Amino acid sequence: MTPVTTDPARARARRAPWRAVRAGHAFVAGYVILLAAFGIVPVVYGIYFAFTNAGNRWTGLSNFIQSAQDFRYVAAFEHIGVYLTIWLAALVVLVTALALVLHQLPVWGISGFVRFLYYIPGALAGVASVLLWLFMLDPSVSPAASFLHLLGYGTFSQVIAPSHLAILFAMIAFWTGAGGWIVVMYGALNNIPLDIMEAARIDGAGAWRIARYIQIPMLRKWIVYMAILAFAVGAQLFVEPQLVSEASLGVGGRDYSPNQLAYDFAFQNNNVNYAAAISIELLVLSLAVAAVFVTRSRFFDAS
Amino acid sequence: MRGVAVPPGMRSRRRPRPSRAARQVLPGLLLLVFVVFFVLPVIWLLLAATKTDAQLVHASPLSFGSWHQLRVNWDELTSFQGDVILLWLRNSAVYAFLALAITLAVGIPAGYAMAMMDFPGRHALLITTLVVMLMPATTLVVPLFLEINEVHLVGTLWSVVLPFSFYPFGVYLTYIYFSTALPRDLLAAARIDGCSEFGAFRRVALPLAAPIIALVGFFSFVANWTNFFLPYVMLPQSSQYPAQVGIALLLTDVPQFNPTAGSGTVLRPELALATLLVIGPVLVVFLFAQRYLVSGLLAGATKE
Repeated sequence: MTPVTTDPARARARRAPWRAVRAGHAFVAGYVILLAAFGIVPVVYGIYFAFTNAGNRWTGLSNFIQSAQDFRYVAAFEHIGVYLTIWLAALVVLVTALALVLHQLPVWGISGFVRFLYYIPGALAGVASVLLWLFMLDPSVSPAASFLHLLGYGTFSQVIAPSHLAILFAMIAFWTGAGGWIVVMYGALNNIPLDIMEAARIDGAGAWRIARYIQIPMLRKWIVYMAILAFAVGAQLFVEPQLVSEASLGVGGRDYSPNQLAYDFAFQNNNVNYAAAISIELLVLSLAVAAVFVTRSRFFDAS
Repeated sequence: MRGVAVPPGMRSRRRPRPSRAARQVLPGLLLLVFVVFFVLPVIWLLLAATKTDAQLVHASPLSFGSWHQLRVNWDELTSFQGDVILLWLRNSAVYAFLALAITLAVGIPAGYAMAMMDFPGRHALLITTLVVMLMPATTLVVPLFLEINEVHLVGTLWSVVLPFSFYPFGVYLTYIYFSTALPRDLLAAARIDGCSEFGAFRRVALPLAAPIIALVGFFSFVANWTNFFLPYVMLPQSSQYPAQVGIALLLTDVPQFNPTAGSGTVLRPELALATLLVIGPVLVVFLFAQRYLVSGLLAGATKE
């Protein structure tokens, strides 16, 4: 992504004095140790456990097949699929729209203030946002109670009915995450050269046409980047359903996501091999999506 | 603006046009709706901590309780299991800052070396960093648990701090920063002047590194502080919990969310107050970083 010239670097590497080479290795040594211990070894471990059984015997694909036959397995992946669809659609459409509208605001100060307001919920990432939204979704205390009543929901358990969970989780994720992305999109919009925008304006293009034919195409890479990262984060859904299941006594949210299922396999059913199989599946899924992104969008042309 | 015969040079961007006001109503409304959506829950949370549970239900959702009640909620909350909430916050701070210190001490030199120095394996390290960066951390928690368990570190401080301190995204940001912000010639000059590799890093690169240290520090701190799954899996005892795991435990002691909660229950305003305490440090960091964050530095950091 940055114009890093590596060819001269490589040419120089051949001539680099051994002292400099040794210094280079000394600089990265600590990081390489952490990378090996917490980046590579867990993957190797996961693969090992996914293909063996409790007696450390090679079992081929049987952990994958048997964990997939668990009655919760297909449902968990379906949940994630629905959740991701809603969350990604909302993210792409609304973040782009809001960033474009904000960028149109004539007074910079207001735009900056609004962006900051949008960004604040990011501070509640994790458990805090879920706790807060449990309150928001409880008609007895919610500031949006009248809205909930309007929709026909009088009690907390009606609001968090299992069929609503995907859209509720998507809303929580949007609430916490969208502001950060709006800031990023706004920054990307600022990077579009002014003369291009000016030329379009002179040619008579209105705000809508400029957005449609200049800004959105130039944002495309950022939109793809956002969608991929959101996908990777969303596929790991854990805290939200876990807390909802605790708050609803397991009515909804228990074993909702593949990560929860892996957790339950490992720590409730004492079957780390099934858990590892699901971990590896999620890892392959995320890396496959990331690989498509990296190769297709050429975003990470680092060297 | 179409069809108005004004010479291009005279056209001002800020000039009000007749239909402009009308055209801005809809976008303005959109912005406003989302301001309410994003901000209202936060305001509600701030106010909830000042109320009694009855006020929470019967008073207007956006009314202020009283300072006295805030004090009462604080006393009740801190008396829950004898100050355990403060212990959780302290644990969070210890985990987050210890990991942050290691992340910076290890990651900044590594990112610098990958950007500015030539050594065998540099390219492979860069690619590995990119791949690992895109691996979802939560997915690796179960294998990580198995690994940590193997070396008998489960339940110790290090089972959380060490995985936290591995932060490839920070190394990558540092790499980007130095390869764009620091000319290689400057380092070459320092070397010719007799600086060792370490001397060049300390005297030339580090003084210029303040923005990237702040940026990596910000991301790393927020990520460590808000992480739930890893400590949830690694730490068995309530006294070791960081605040994130702690307040999830509080939730199960709130009767409205868990009717089976026995004695020593937590009231909803106390849970709201606990949530505020937990997000406090991140909110403070946000306010300090506000200017940089909102100006789109984030985009600039990985800009092409």
